Amino acid sequence: MLDGAPVPFEPGQTVLQAALAADRYIPHLCYHPEFRPHGSCKLCTASVGGRLVATCTTPAEAGLVVDSETPQLRDVRRTLVQMLFAEGNHFCPSCEKSGNCQLQAQGSDLGVTTAGFRHLYPDRPIDASHPDAWIDFNRCVLCELCVRASDEVDGKHVFALAGRGLTKHLIVNAPSNRLGDTTFAASDEAMQVCPVGAILPKRVGFAVPIGSRRYDQRPVSAQALDDAPRPAGRSP
Amino acid sequence: MTESALPEGGLRRVAIDPLSRVEGHGKVTLLLDEAGIVRQARLHIVEFRGFEKFIQGRPYWEVPVMVQRLCGICPVSHHLAASKAFDQVVGATRLTPTAEKMRRLMHYGQMLQSHALHFFHLASPDLLFGFDSDAGRRNIVGVAAVHPELARRGILLRKLGQEVIRMTAGKRIHGTGAVPGGVNRNLSRADRAELGALVPDAIDWAGEAIGLVRSLFEANLPLYREFATFPANRLSLVRADGAMDLYDGLIRARSPQGETLLDDVECGEYWNYILEEVRPWSYMKFPYLKALGPERGWYRVGPLSRVTNCDFIPSPRAEAARREFLAFDDGRAARATLGFHWARMIEMLHAAEVIGELLEDDDLSGTELLAGGPRTARGVGVIEAPRGTLIHHYRVGEDDMVVRCNLIVSTTHNNESMNLAIREVARRFIDGRTLTEGLLNHIEVAIRAFDPCLSCATHALGQMPLALELLDADGSVVGRLRRD
Ligand code: SF4
Ligand code: FES
Repeated sequence: MLDGAPVPFEPGQTVLQAALAADRYIPHLCYHPEFRPHGSCKLCTASVGGRLVATCTTPAEAGLVVDSETPQLRDVRRTLVQMLFAEGNHFCPSCEKSGNCQLQAQGSDLGVTTAGFRHLYPDRPIDASHPDAWIDFNRCVLCELCVRASDEVDGKHVFALAGRGLTKHLIVNAPSNRLGDTTFAASDEAMQVCPVGAILPKRVGFAVPIGSRRYDQRPVSAQALDDAPRPAGRSP
Repeated sequence: MTESALPEGGLRRVAIDPLSRVEGHGKVTLLLDEAGIVRQARLHIVEFRGFEKFIQGRPYWEVPVMVQRLCGICPVSHHLAASKAFDQVVGATRLTPTAEKMRRLMHYGQMLQSHALHFFHLASPDLLFGFDSDAGRRNIVGVAAVHPELARRGILLRKLGQEVIRMTAGKRIHGTGAVPGGVNRNLSRADRAELGALVPDAIDWAGEAIGLVRSLFEANLPLYREFATFPANRLSLVRADGAMDLYDGLIRARSPQGETLLDDVECGEYWNYILEEVRPWSYMKFPYLKALGPERGWYRVGPLSRVTNCDFIPSPRAEAARREFLAFDDGRAARATLGFHWARMIEMLHAAEVIGELLEDDDLSGTELLAGGPRTARGVGVIEAPRGTLIHHYRVGEDDMVVRCNLIVSTTHNNESMNLAIREVARRFIDGRTLTEGLLNHIEVAIRAFDPCLSCATHALGQMPLALELLDADGSVVGRLRRD
């Protein structure tokens, strides 16, 4: 049961996967249908049997009572997004990911209009050593999608997270810690998955106008349902 | 005359303490000499320092969008100047016709909206009600009460400019229409027709605004002729054939007598001809022509320089208006500081004419948007922004990140001229050693003629927050006046 209505599921599905496959949206950021769930952003938090848990890592079971669309949970998610914004340097008007960025899209879906927290304004240098890609660590939300993509799809292990808490950060697999010294290639899956503007191809910038981008057309909730894998025979 | 040209004796220099500057205010210091005559005026402007640093280390393709944060009133000019600079970096020595025309349209839209805003919202209240009139009335609301049709037209003219920007840049502010090597959009025929329908009225109204400035000159000739006026070199871009061109061209400078000081200078070579002087009391540098040196080489930019520097304006009605302006009062209006307003309206008319012409051009709906070629490491983009010549200069590293950048904005070029204009006004209107509201108002009108992009100029429409300070020959403050 999700928000009072029954949701079918298949063995091995998580609550989030089952919901999305049934055309029921639960906000999420670090979850990606092609990768093993990671459970770090907590945006998918819902009340499962009265407890708040990350639905992307909670297996679906018969008889579970899940509440997601409640005012309290909306507040929680809004706060989480505000914290992500405050932890990095996200300046949407001049960011080339604007309109394609999931953090921005979640912010607008959830109605985040104010900062909420004092911004930390970290000073993180960018890595432009690779000929075809660059990393702006100021925008990394530590979702580990690039780590998973490089490990699981590219088989290269280019990325990893190091440190804890506020000092947690993304590192790359080279003694110099420079992307240009790794085996990373622009054709890697890890190049594609970053939900924000942290790993970007070079020299693309604003070639696609703001206004014709992914989340300019449809909100992130609708996009996520389009992208969700569905059991054979069920269409969105 | 610059301060370094002055004899040392009797003139005290004070370096301002950064803490004493008034945020969001223009601050003016008047220095008296021993005889109690205003020797020098200094306009202290809070400038966007540090921006150059901010851009260093960022990818070049981000910069044309980012630089729009420099200025709330002419972001499009920065957007285009930076894009022009990075055209060179990506090897786009020639843009596609669609890209070139889309950018021109965007730029003339910006010119229209900025000039309309300045004239109708900021300048017309001073001019219509008198420099000394009640400050509460000197705003667009006051104008609307007495001249409703004029105010309405001002608003609609500005709106057309804003619509042009929105359709070419994608947004009214922080647009992304221009990208290194071209643009990221074209205009549909329907959009062109929709905008084009608004142009004939705009042309008529701009023509009438010129008539209004002329009638103000006629009614107040002695005052307008003299007010804040002094001889100045002038600098602007002109097209290779001498025509006015606000988007691109070659650098030309002329003396007050009309002698050519610079001509046909390629924008990329500006740094061989223009240097910048630093003075201890000002955050804003003082540019000058290298050949003449800092004392004589300062110059004025903006509408008045452009209208008097070009050989002709390539649109019929604006060209007729230019000739009329140059002939008026034996050429004195074209030398007067208040002639800025007249020249600005001529440019507004020209912008409306150019917009109309461009909108009929099918190239705007073309699909070839980007050009490229061999990469280079350096780019200089120069454009005639509403307030005058704007220079963006970048060096890009092999990793595509900006290594160095130098910007010279319009208001900086006019730095010395604004100080002199204020000095002229102060000499004429100061009453002994007391600072009066009347003096403050007159100084405000003089500054406003240049349409500087002071942070304060954008704050309050109609009233400029201004602080005035009078120092006598030994440097002690003998008067202070402040208006918020
Ligand atoms: S770089 Fe992007 S994909 Fe990788 S952890 Fe940071 S936000 Fe996630
Ligand atoms: S989507 Fe579940 S924790 Fe991020």
